[in-house]
Amino acid sequence: MAELSGKYLVGVFDDDDTVLHAVPKLRKAGVKIKEVYSPFPIHGLDEALGHPRTRIGIAAFMFGVTGCCAVLTLMIWTMGYDWPMIIGGKDPISIPNYIPITFEGTVLFTAFGMVTTFLISNGLGPGTHFHPRFDVRATDNKFIMAIEMSRNSMTEEEISRALKDSGAEEVNIKQF
Amino acid sequence: MHVTSPVREPLIQGGKTYADVTEDICRHVEAAPTKEWKIAFGLSLVVLAYGSACLAWTWWEGLGVWGLNKTVGWAWDITNFVWWVGIGHAGTLISAILLLFRQKWRTSINRAAEAMTIFAVICAASFILMHMGRPWMAYWALPLPNAFGSLWVNFNSPLVWDVFAISTYFSVSLVFWYIGLIPDLATIRDRATSKVSKFMYGTFAMGWDGSAKTWARYEYISLILAGLSTPLVLSVHTIVSMDFATSVIPGWHTTIFPPYFVAGAIFSGFAMVQNLMLITRVVYKLEDYITLEHIETMNKVITLTGSVVGVAYITEFFIAWYGGVEYEYYAFFNRMTGPYWWAYWAMMTCNVISPQLFWSRKLRRSITFTFFISVVVNIGMWFERFVIIVTSLHRDYIPSSWSMFSPTRYDIGDYIFSFGLFFTLFLLFSKYLPVVNMAEVKAVLRSTSAQLPAKIAGVAKVRQRGTAEPAYNKDQE
Repeated sequence: MAELSGKYLVGVFDDDDTVLHAVPKLRKAGVKIKEVYSPFPIHGLDEALGHPRTRIGIAAFMFGVTGCCAVLTLMIWTMGYDWPMIIGGKDPISIPNYIPITFEGTVLFTAFGMVTTFLISNGLGPGTHFHPRFDVRATDNKFIMAIEMSRNSMTEEEISRALKDSGAEEVNIKQF
Repeated sequence: MHVTSPVREPLIQGGKTYADVTEDICRHVEAAPTKEWKIAFGLSLVVLAYGSACLAWTWWEGLGVWGLNKTVGWAWDITNFVWWVGIGHAGTLISAILLLFRQKWRTSINRAAEAMTIFAVICAASFILMHMGRPWMAYWALPLPNAFGSLWVNFNSPLVWDVFAISTYFSVSLVFWYIGLIPDLATIRDRATSKVSKFMYGTFAMGWDGSAKTWARYEYISLILAGLSTPLVLSVHTIVSMDFATSVIPGWHTTIFPPYFVAGAIFSGFAMVQNLMLITRVVYKLEDYITLEHIETMNKVITLTGSVVGVAYITEFFIAWYGGVEYEYYAFFNRMTGPYWWAYWAMMTCNVISPQLFWSRKLRRSITFTFFISVVVNIGMWFERFVIIVTSLHRDYIPSSWSMFSPTRYDIGDYIFSFGLFFTLFLLFSKYLPVVNMAEVKAVLRSTSAQLPAKIAGVAKVRQRGTAEPAYNKDQE
């Protein structure tokens, strides 16, 4: 994740359902939530937060098409043009025989392309583990809601009360 | 909200909370290696050392040290290769196919099963390198323009397909496994106390923070990788079977091979998963995570795939007779009654009869019996490959060239090498990485156990939930 700066209110929740129900409640009350951190995926949370649907599926298709074309081109060029050979009495370019490798190439390109896309889009990579986080319990059993003060017009007390009302068991202030 | 039939047993027992899951799984990663682990690790290193010595001699002296002869030119090397690749298939089946089918019970076993896949494919690949005889020439199998006349590899050959299939399978399984590991590595990083483990786990966790956006992408990429791995795993053993099926050797040249090999692969793979998990759950006290339900479900998969294999054997035999090709007929008749009859009947007993015993509920819920049958199945599946390969080759078209195959100490030693390698890698994995996918187990914990609130410790939390009305469908599965 990117470097953080500024002042944040950090709500700590004990339960995935509580935090999921707190999100629309707080948003209705006018609180702008930066992000929620959880130890496991909570279905519906990204929609509740108003995050746009991820588009990495489009990338997957692109990588697949690239892989398919690249591998097929390699085989047609080597077997049909660079050093044509008749094997088993078949045409030098015999597409049915190329299907297995074309398939494998498609999968290989898509998988590696997707993993790279995933890491880059999330800002994951070696050397990022010194970045500060709101609360390390987010990878254990707590659900952490971060609210950036500079983005909110409400006062600290108001947000803090709203967080407590919606089920947060702790509200901490974090300054980066 | 979560809707699960209250009749169903919860997947995770013992009333675990999220913190308990973290604690139970991280405990063995953080603790110093136990005495048992050290003994087991030492033992597998000894096995690996013996195997490596045999392998070194195989490579130094050449493949002549094996028991191969002019008639039986392929024997234990390919048998072991197919056997190990087959074992690997269960891990991908659990992590990919069961993900697509929304089988939540996979979460307790997918991590270890996938690790098994990766190590099994490494072992399989070692036999490819071994049987090349000159492993330093291995890159000749890749489509590289070479300096010897710019001749390319033959893309019409199933052996070249295999190169692509195995390398794709290995690398895709590896990244799939690693993506799943990242959240758990982050958990260990955040708990780590020593500088070294903080740095190591921190580096490999790559700055994971568990934000909602990251999780949404994580779920998406898991689905895509599962969608890719599913046809991939089927294609891999299909292509392995084509190594045989596209040749014109009687007994190999059959169209039934691809589905038959895939079923056999899953069959033996699940047996190996059972063997590994039954030991792991006791050693790491994971009985609440890998429950009798898990064991029973896997036994059902073993029975199903074992039955598919049984039907395939019988079909193959029927077609050999009904097809009226005398060479084909002889190959199968020779398997049953020829000099290798014992291998054929070992295969039939282990693979066709033994999994049928799991129709009894009592037997498939017995841990000792499950362990025993799993070993039997793996022996049977090794014999299957031996029967297919050696008995099809040893009596070829000219009776004067008929011969037998007997393994030398180097055939055996190289097989032992793969066991040493496998167990060394698996022991390292089980010590330094979480053997159960904590994040995914936490995700299914509530939806499968909250129906029995009285049984779980966090009763207060469940009651608290009654306050807010859900405005959207939470559990989209």
